[in-house]
Amino acid sequence: MKSADGAKRWLLVGIALAVVASYFTPQFNRYYLGIAIDCGINIILAVSLNLINGHTGQFSLGHAGFMAVGGYTAAKFSLVFEAMVPDSLKPLLFVAALTLGGLIAALAGLGVGVPSLRLKGDYLAIVTLGFGEIIRVVVQNMESVGAASGLKNIPKWTTLGWTFALAAITIYAVASLVNSTYGRGFIAVSDDEVAASSMGINPVRYKVTAFVTGAFFAGIAGGLYAHHKQFLSPTGFDFLKSIDIVVMVILGGMGRTAGVVIAAIILTLLPEFLRQFADYRMIIYSLLIIGLMMARPQGLFTLSFKKKGAASV
Amino acid sequence: MSADILELNQATIRFGGLTAVSELSLRIGSNELIGLIGPNGAGKTTAFNLITGVYQPTDGEIKFAGKPTAGTKPHDLTKVGIARTFQNIRLFGSLSVFDNVRVATQLHRSQGILDALWRGKGFRSAEKEVERQVLELLDIFDLGKLRDEEAKSLPYGDQRRLEIVRALATKPKLLLLDEPAAGMNPTEKEELMHLIKFIRDKFNIAIMLVEHDMKVVMGICQRIYVLEYGIKIAEGTPDDIQSNPKVIAAYLGTE
Repeated sequence: MKSADGAKRWLLVGIALAVVASYFTPQFNRYYLGIAIDCGINIILAVSLNLINGHTGQFSLGHAGFMAVGGYTAAKFSLVFEAMVPDSLKPLLFVAALTLGGLIAALAGLGVGVPSLRLKGDYLAIVTLGFGEIIRVVVQNMESVGAASGLKNIPKWTTLGWTFALAAITIYAVASLVNSTYGRGFIAVSDDEVAASSMGINPVRYKVTAFVTGAFFAGIAGGLYAHHKQFLSPTGFDFLKSIDIVVMVILGGMGRTAGVVIAAIILTLLPEFLRQFADYRMIIYSLLIIGLMMARPQGLFTLSFKKKGAASV
Repeated sequence: MSADILELNQATIRFGGLTAVSELSLRIGSNELIGLIGPNGAGKTTAFNLITGVYQPTDGEIKFAGKPTAGTKPHDLTKVGIARTFQNIRLFGSLSVFDNVRVATQLHRSQGILDALWRGKGFRSAEKEVERQVLELLDIFDLGKLRDEEAKSLPYGDQRRLEIVRALATKPKLLLLDEPAAGMNPTEKEELMHLIKFIRDKFNIAIMLVEHDMKVVMGICQRIYVLEYGIKIAEGTPDDIQSNPKVIAAYLGTE
């Protein structure tokens, strides 16, 4: 991206494409459409986790937890207000639900981040893992959101257009954050916290910022997911979901936005292609991931961009 | 006497039963070049860590530009004007040369997360200005042509230089150099001596140097403090230090 204007232009192009695609969706096969939306949601999750795990180097296993917070908040909000709002204002209600979901998830991110970001590496991973489980167990016991039997009848408002427009916004936000003098601080913190601190960078603040921003977008993804599947159950947000997102980030190459987007798409499609193997599906899926990781431990899509202008804003 | 930029009064730090630095008093004038020497384990780097806020003194006081620094975090001390390099080079390895210096300019800017997201006109011109400043600084130290190289791929000497440039980008009033000559050959050491003097004059700042290489220390420092086992055993001009029997005993032992 040569100029800042360029970055914004790409964002607008992305959103426009999403809207146009959305216009044609009635002609799509519903199965493919569903998978396309899954891809978009996973892109949002993976790119936002990449800000935390990849760029800032804080190994978090709690992304499914933030997604659950956002998803349940947005779904409950829609269910409560759906009947009061005329059809023409439904999109507005949807935006409000998603935003609220994102904000509450961000708040959860702040709540988890401030005390736990003093920890590093494995210890942080364990704390965030614990957080994810706490969320799941709390939801499982909350009657107001359906407890263990799940939250049903969520309005189906998520469309291809919404999903990919929000995916474009997520990519833009993370990329433009990192591609700024301010944002290089995330990578500096990841490379060497002590040195970063002696360069006037407040490592705690940067880490919390990454955490909160990542959680916000995970919350939005949760909201999209809720209004896509129309049903939320606590088991959908377990530890394995967090691992799925982490795998997308690692496979895409930590800190490489483009790679992470591609990895998110591949890892969403792969299980679908493997459906023909029925019972062996998850075994083959796991083996493929092990194989990929052994072949390219640095991530599938890490290329050297050394010769390109490092100053591009 | 001109105002001192840094003042340590009886600064002491204990780790459990070990007193790493004991009642250290020193002062640095605003444009002075000071050396801090001593045998291995004398507490030189610990003294640096006290000054930069990595450790808090158990006793005593440290004043920077007349203000006590107690309780101030390292990143806030950098903002008021203390910059440092590290004994074992600590660059941001995965960032380019340009970006290493660029992140160090952020502390004096008001552009934060929202500006980076919105990318308005003000933000873009501010980023251009940062780029200009960084390139200017890199060019002064002959690193301009390496701007897009990954920092960890640079040769050793360039890494040392880059670390100094990065510290300078924070616009310090006091620059602390922790063994800048370590691992350098005689020619590089010669260049380094010129470089340090050049920095002092060009940027008009105070420099404090921890160094083992006596030729470098004696060659450029105006005054020298000597530590042994955390205790200051001597201070004075290079000539005084060289003839001080305590210093000779600390380095060579006594009969």
